[in-house]
Amino acid sequence: MEIGERRDGDILILSPAGRIDNDTSPAFQTRLLAALAPGAAVLVDFSSVQYISSAGLRALMMGSKQAKASKGRLAVAALGLVVKEIFEISRFSMVVEVFGTTADALAALR
Amino acid sequence: MLIRFWGSRGSIPTPLGYRSVRNKVRDAIVAARGHQLDTPEAVDNFIAKELPFSTSSTYGGNSSCVEIEAGGDEYVLCDVGSGVREFGNALIAKHGPAKKSRFNIFLSHTHWDHIMGFPFFTPSYIPGNVIRIHGCHSAMRDVFIRQQSNPCFPIDFRALGATIEFVELEPGRSYEIDGLSVKAIRQNHPSDSYGFRFTKNGKSMVYSTDSEHKFDVLTENYPFVEFFRDADLLIFDAQYSLADQISIKEDWGHSSNMVAVELAQLSRVKHLVMYHHEPMFDDKMIEKVLGETRRYAEINGSPNKLTVTSAYDGLEIVI
Repeated sequence: MEIGERRDGDILILSPAGRIDNDTSPAFQTRLLAALAPGAAVLVDFSSVQYISSAGLRALMMGSKQAKASKGRLAVAALGLVVKEIFEISRFSMVVEVFGTTADALAALR
Repeated sequence: MLIRFWGSRGSIPTPLGYRSVRNKVRDAIVAARGHQLDTPEAVDNFIAKELPFSTSSTYGGNSSCVEIEAGGDEYVLCDVGSGVREFGNALIAKHGPAKKSRFNIFLSHTHWDHIMGFPFFTPSYIPGNVIRIHGCHSAMRDVFIRQQSNPCFPIDFRALGATIEFVELEPGRSYEIDGLSVKAIRQNHPSDSYGFRFTKNGKSMVYSTDSEHKFDVLTENYPFVEFFRDADLLIFDAQYSLADQISIKEDWGHSSNMVAVELAQLSRVKHLVMYHHEPMFDDKMIEKVLGETRRYAEINGSPNKLTVTSAYDGLEIVI
């Protein structure tokens, strides 16, 4: 899967594209955990993600745990309609910080 | 094959309190405004068609117990949580205490909520009845004896009138019991639990409760995919949300509705029944989770169509 990345100051923004499922979640997890160095702030921009499975959400959970353990921060933003529904179904909004837009997330992370 | 649910609740029996009943009555009366309900038939029709299940009924409060009617001469049950008390009472109400019967009980594991109904299972007190408890735990007999020993219970297990036998099964091996082909699989649960697949005349039902699925990535090689493969009915422990399952309740031995759907669809299961309901959830929450789970089965892109139901005490499904 393609995972774009850019920086906004100290914040790393990852932008995966397509489906985060059984086929693609390992790559997503590897990239996410590598990005979450101690003290790092990482924002995952979901605007190009069409679907996320339980495996993809597990990757996010691991990222969240790593961020907490290493005094980093992890947030997600710009969920599409289907992904937003899946976050509600899975109750993942209680696991990671979810923002409506990347601008809102960046403002909160700064 | 007819599957009848006598206990659907996880962890501990959860009776409806007066406030819950009162709220249901209030909601029903509010919903009835403006309806012409001047005959019993009109009222029944209104209840069936206009009220949500969470208002007209309840998912129930008894802990695990499921009956399988497959045309054999003997009774077949999965687990003997508090639901088995009502099963036994219904049997005696129907046939009277004089009828001697044989029972095959398949025990997922020996945690309390799965055995607590046995001391209240009236047929176990009646001489002439034969009860065979099948399972993969070597300690089954000891656990049943301990459950009915002083100071926990007034009637000692060894004083029960029925003939009670414990039959240890080997996971992965096929057995023929009362015309059913049965196979067990070991599940991830504290002190282990076992799921059972029952097959007869080309129809299969899987009873898989108290099972935590901890795969990083779900593939065809995951052993449960083969165990569930093409099942007509899968009774599945979906006690938690995914977030709970993999965070604060990790290693508590239960699974989630999302994992249930993904596993069922990959295994080409036809009908998923969510089971072992979270005792913290009221009827409205269980109904909400059911709606969300059906929605997840639609939007995840799987080509395998899946019927999703939430178990309730009294539910009957024919496969």
